[in-house]
Amino acid sequence: MTTHYLVLSALLFAIGGVGVLVRRNAIVVFMCVELMLNACNLAFVTFARQHGNLDGQVIAFFVMIVAAAEVVVGLAIIVTIFRTRRSASVDDANLLKY
Amino acid sequence: MTDTITAPTIEYLLLSPLLVVFGAAIVGVLVEAFAPRYLRAAFQVPLTLLSLVAAFALVIFVVVKDGVPNKAAAMGAVAADGPALFIWGTILLLAFVSVLLIGDDFVPSAVAVPGSVEEERAVSEGAAHTEVYPLVLFAVGGMLLFAASNDLLVMFVALEVMSLPLYMLCGLARRRRLLSQEAAMKYFLLGAFSSAFFLYGTALLYGYAGSIDLSKISTSLSSVGGQDSLLFIGAAVLGVGLFFKIGAVPFQMWKPDVYQGAPTPITALMASGTLVAAFGALLRVFWVALGNLEWDWSPVVWAVAILTMVVGAILAITQTDIKRMLAYSSIAHAGFILTAVVATAGAKQNSLALSGILFYLVAYGLTTVGAFGVVTMVRDPGGEAWHLSRWAGLGKRSPKLAMVLAFFLLAMAGIPLTSGFFAKYAVFSAAVSGGAVALVVVGVVASAIAAFFYVRVIVLMFFSDPAADGPSIVMPIATRGVVGFAALATVVLGVFPQPVLDLASKAAQSLFVR
Repeated sequence: MTTHYLVLSALLFAIGGVGVLVRRNAIVVFMCVELMLNACNLAFVTFARQHGNLDGQVIAFFVMIVAAAEVVVGLAIIVTIFRTRRSASVDDANLLKY
Repeated sequence: MTDTITAPTIEYLLLSPLLVVFGAAIVGVLVEAFAPRYLRAAFQVPLTLLSLVAAFALVIFVVVKDGVPNKAAAMGAVAADGPALFIWGTILLLAFVSVLLIGDDFVPSAVAVPGSVEEERAVSEGAAHTEVYPLVLFAVGGMLLFAASNDLLVMFVALEVMSLPLYMLCGLARRRRLLSQEAAMKYFLLGAFSSAFFLYGTALLYGYAGSIDLSKISTSLSSVGGQDSLLFIGAAVLGVGLFFKIGAVPFQMWKPDVYQGAPTPITALMASGTLVAAFGALLRVFWVALGNLEWDWSPVVWAVAILTMVVGAILAITQTDIKRMLAYSSIAHAGFILTAVVATAGAKQNSLALSGILFYLVAYGLTTVGAFGVVTMVRDPGGEAWHLSRWAGLGKRSPKLAMVLAFFLLAMAGIPLTSGFFAKYAVFSAAVSGGAVALVVVGVVASAIAAFFYVRVIVLMFFSDPAADGPSIVMPIATRGVVGFAALATVVLGVFPQPVLDLASKAAQSLFVR
């Protein structure tokens, strides 16, 4: 039965999504995005098992690579902001509005 | 199990524009690694421009040699069809002019804190981030692939290849560093959030269809039964990711912030190239993969189109910053294009609407690059003069520049004898023939609202007195060339649009490859 894995994947995706919306620290927000990507991976692997083809497993590898590249770029941006503002809170970045 | 693995076939000629751009980007990275600092700019600028020209020439060569191709290249991963090649040409042209806008807009050393000793040292050493050029090339390569990807995995990878360099480029402005870094962070966090949605949608559609191939998803719509929730949730979540990229309401929040904070040449690239690429991908997903599902998604896209036009046009009125105003205008324009996407999809989808959209993308892309080019020229001591009050009386101080900007704004408003008129006519007439009269009525009303704030800027420039300490006009030769070219293109497409319309309808004739 693969249903449990899909439910888990949906739960992880939802937890990640809520985390992005409610957390204040940019690093934690970013970790929540990564959680969402991992939820996608779980769904891909589960569906690959269900359909009996390997596409989903291959996609999971691609997603991991993309997530790694995203970490590099994201952390670079967050660290630069932290160096100028001494804060990684997304609430403090409020110069651009309306 | 078979003993031999058959090697995949790759149509190198069809994919050559992509390969040239990505190859040049990699060479650019090597230049950064090995060339001494004082030589880097001398390598990077010609390399970037030449590779874009070469890729453009290859697009034309492919079409001239074998006619408009209509096949899925690289084992069905990349679509090389008329719309894809037209969009490639458009993106390469827009990227070329956007790269020419790059001047002294970038920070000498991004790691140095503003005002610190490291920053002063970097400035005195004449340091410069020539990495900007390979990053732009990677972003452009991602845009090309995004618009031509024929399966959802390639589309996701292309989306990231396009977005990741743009996130970084946004944060590299030389002046107003805090705004620029804030824009980069907002763009990054929201962009990553939206691409997670795109990916989850991909996963659900894969679960539904057992394949990520766009055409196989389309065929499975009739063969797979009883899993509608997977299909509907998947399509909706995938749509969130795509709508984010074109900046459709309610996923438009990032656009004004990012367009304002990013260095203006990068804003020009995003406002033109990214929009074109995102519409290419959106059309491909909604027409090829989900075309048979039109009854279900078209009401949603209908609502999104109305919201996008109205919210974009109304919020633009309240803006006091020229870059934010252009960002809201870009949101409204995305809504205008959506009218043609939604009204003619599914059984009614036709090459007329597609060619209208393609023409709109060229016309709007060139006009918007020109407008941002003008923005780079008007400078205060602390950087570009963004606040609209600083633009008061520009018509008396620098009549030619003000005339050109006024012309771009009129083209965006869709006044006859400009490219914007024919572009709007093309998408709205396609929408009417698709039976979406109500949508077009909203579109025309939104255009009228939009015309108000464009004309307001023109009135401000020509009918108010210049301030004593008004901004100075900086006119680098390349920027002047870009603005001149964009103005010329806007005139020519407005007076004599037939050649480009013919080209677009030829590209759209066989629709997307399936």
